[in-house]
Amino acid sequence: MGETIADILLILGGFMALSGALGVLRLPDFYSRLHPAGTADTLAQLLVISGLVLHLWIDPNGSYLAMGKLLAISMLLFVTTPAATHAISRAAYISGLRPWTGDSATDDDNQLADSESPLPDEGGG
Amino acid sequence: MNIDGHLIAALLVLTGAILSMIRAASGPTSYDRVLAVNVFGTKAVMLLAIIGFIGDRSGFLDIAILYGLVNFIATVALLRFVETKRLT
Repeated sequence: MGETIADILLILGGFMALSGALGVLRLPDFYSRLHPAGTADTLAQLLVISGLVLHLWIDPNGSYLAMGKLLAISMLLFVTTPAATHAISRAAYISGLRPWTGDSATDDDNQLADSESPLPDEGGG
Repeated sequence: MNIDGHLIAALLVLTGAILSMIRAASGPTSYDRVLAVNVFGTKAVMLLAIIGFIGDRSGFLDIAILYGLVNFIATVALLRFVETKRLT
């Protein structure tokens, strides 16, 4: 019973990780790519580490040290992943990257493609 | 016996890591690359924890903690380098 619940949690977390990466790969804009990167990864690590902790909790030989380390990893990622996503979005907005509006005439002017220069150095915005 | 759920989850997370590395290789702006590397780091932490359970090595959890910390610091340092063009 408990093993089944832990396996379901693990596979659900793996599915969330895969769908988050698919969103990062397929969405059309940088600001829309921030959304799967920030939310799906947080849920995926929560589900995967909950499954591992549940496996350890059921196992009579499971060590409490490994459980504590897993909870430390979960709390660390739970704080740092949204903070890193916020820092990336803030840096991109300050440097003048405009959001995608679906209008190709205005979108092509604001691409900030790094094939021209290695660093986005224009003072727009 | 309980390898199955771990193995399926590890394969799913590994596929997600490969897809995010494709975005990191072909992102139009440098912020896309930083974001994709951050996503890859989170997936690498999950993969390290699962692989440590499959191989029954609890030392992998320490590596996972270290990778998570280094991932956050590397993201902030890369952003600082992109913004100010120097690291000091």
